[in-house]
Amino acid sequence: MTLLSLDNLTVRRGECPVVDHVSLSVHAGECVGLIGPNGAGKTTLLRAALGLEPFSGASSLASLSAAERARAAAFLPQARQIAWPMAVETLVALGRVPHLPRGSTPGAVDRAAIDDALHRLGLDGFRQRIATQLSGGEQGRVLIARALAQQTPLLLADEPIAGLDPAQQIATMQVFSGLAQEGRAVVVSLHDLGLAARHCTRLILMHQGRLVADGAPDDVLTADLMAQVFGISIWRQDSPLGPVLQPMGVL
Amino acid sequence: MLLRIWLLTTLVILFALSVLTGPAGLTLVDTVRALFLGQGEAATLVMREIRLPRAILGVMVGASLGLSGAAMQGYLRNPLAEPGLIGVSGSAALGAVIVLQTGLAAAWWLALPMAALGGALAAVMLILLLAGPRGSSLTLILAGIAISALAGAMTTLVLNLSPNPFAASEVVFWMMGSLSDRSFDHVWIALPFMIIGWVLLLSLGRPLDVLTLGEDAAATMGVATGRVRMVLVLGVAACVGAATAVAGAIGFVGLVVPHILRPFVGARPSALLWASALGGAAMVLAADLAVRLILPERDLKLGVLMAIIGAPFFLHLIYKTRGELR
Repeated sequence: MTLLSLDNLTVRRGECPVVDHVSLSVHAGECVGLIGPNGAGKTTLLRAALGLEPFSGASSLASLSAAERARAAAFLPQARQIAWPMAVETLVALGRVPHLPRGSTPGAVDRAAIDDALHRLGLDGFRQRIATQLSGGEQGRVLIARALAQQTPLLLADEPIAGLDPAQQIATMQVFSGLAQEGRAVVVSLHDLGLAARHCTRLILMHQGRLVADGAPDDVLTADLMAQVFGISIWRQDSPLGPVLQPMGVL
Repeated sequence: MLLRIWLLTTLVILFALSVLTGPAGLTLVDTVRALFLGQGEAATLVMREIRLPRAILGVMVGASLGLSGAAMQGYLRNPLAEPGLIGVSGSAALGAVIVLQTGLAAAWWLALPMAALGGALAAVMLILLLAGPRGSSLTLILAGIAISALAGAMTTLVLNLSPNPFAASEVVFWMMGSLSDRSFDHVWIALPFMIIGWVLLLSLGRPLDVLTLGEDAAATMGVATGRVRMVLVLGVAACVGAATAVAGAIGFVGLVVPHILRPFVGARPSALLWASALGGAAMVLAADLAVRLILPERDLKLGVLMAIIGAPFFLHLIYKTRGELR
């Protein structure tokens, strides 16, 4: 089942295209890693796909009504914003808003979704903690839990593991790949090529607004493409837990 | 829930005290008889035509300012936001100052509130033009600052060109904000606008909660941020425009009340709307009571007292919570 399809999506800043004729589709069961250097257009692509940026071309999500879109896809922005000192549980519960008719309060289904999201992110003991008093990485996990509580078929996450400790990075990527195995789909932008190789079922490589490669991690993370796009040499070895990929030097 | 009961109880007590307090020297029995049974001509006149509308206006103005402040802070995700930020109170004051200066206000009592509402409406049109559906929260703030500055400059110009010191002092006194010498006519002129404002702002609870996560996250959770901004501007304008029209400029309520009550509602913007409406009403009633008790013979102005108490109190709050404000 196709959960997102982009057709010739182009975003311009003045004359300069920051996303240049990108076409792709994301299907249920996929954990898609979106990789590319800073300024490659990853964030803009995700935002435009959701209709948060003006664009030309087509996006299946942007054409939905706001209410339908909120039930079709959850978005985790790069900037971690928690404006008020609210309890973790209250914040995660906000993820249920798209499912609640006007004036209604959360029911058993909503509470189950909130509990599930908190549990997946290891936040069971954090329910009553004030979110703004947590560390940056913990706040990041709270916001991921909020997006999970939305229980949408598709999750678009913009650099969700930046600033997390190694254990939490792995745990979070496992949550994402777990969602994909359950039949949902995740598009996650990230910079850790090793984690991308081990946890994503598919990688999309962007460079200067264009889609350079799209396929299985082994086909995308080649020495040639890494040299061409990132300007780096990589060291690669297979381990029992998956490929180990390490950027070694700047070319 | 407990907070709401507590606030409501405080409000009822303050309302009763407000109705019972005044220079007429009526006993408790006199006031109750006059208010409910209409016994005693002079006492009935004092109660029904002077004290009751004054107390009702206190509740209306306070609730409007508290609610507007909570909505503004929720939308802008900033505890320093206040209702005056979008320039409506400044513009309403300008409208009032012009009719005071030209003598129209003395000729027809309705001229002043109408002109103030007209000023508020002009500010709203301008702000919607600048920060309408295609604007952002930042354009809203910038447009508000520009409109406030313009209204302030025009008000100063009117004072500057004032033909005599008495006219100028009348304007200055009006701008200090007060609830004295108001009648039920003032209640009726402000009430429709305020009800519209209350309904609009109270409808924003859920969107404001979601906006805690930022505009991008909110937009992808089904919140139409452009529509929220329009409803906010119209609601705040209706509330603050009407409040300024009948009571002059009363600051600090919209800034301080949401700030005090935020910890008691778990910082949820939706819960803060109701709480701030009740809290604002209680604060204005308390201040209006204090104005009559501290210097009964000198006509101390409500806006002055509010600022004198509000500013140090706000400094104290900032001092206490400075570690949490980041």
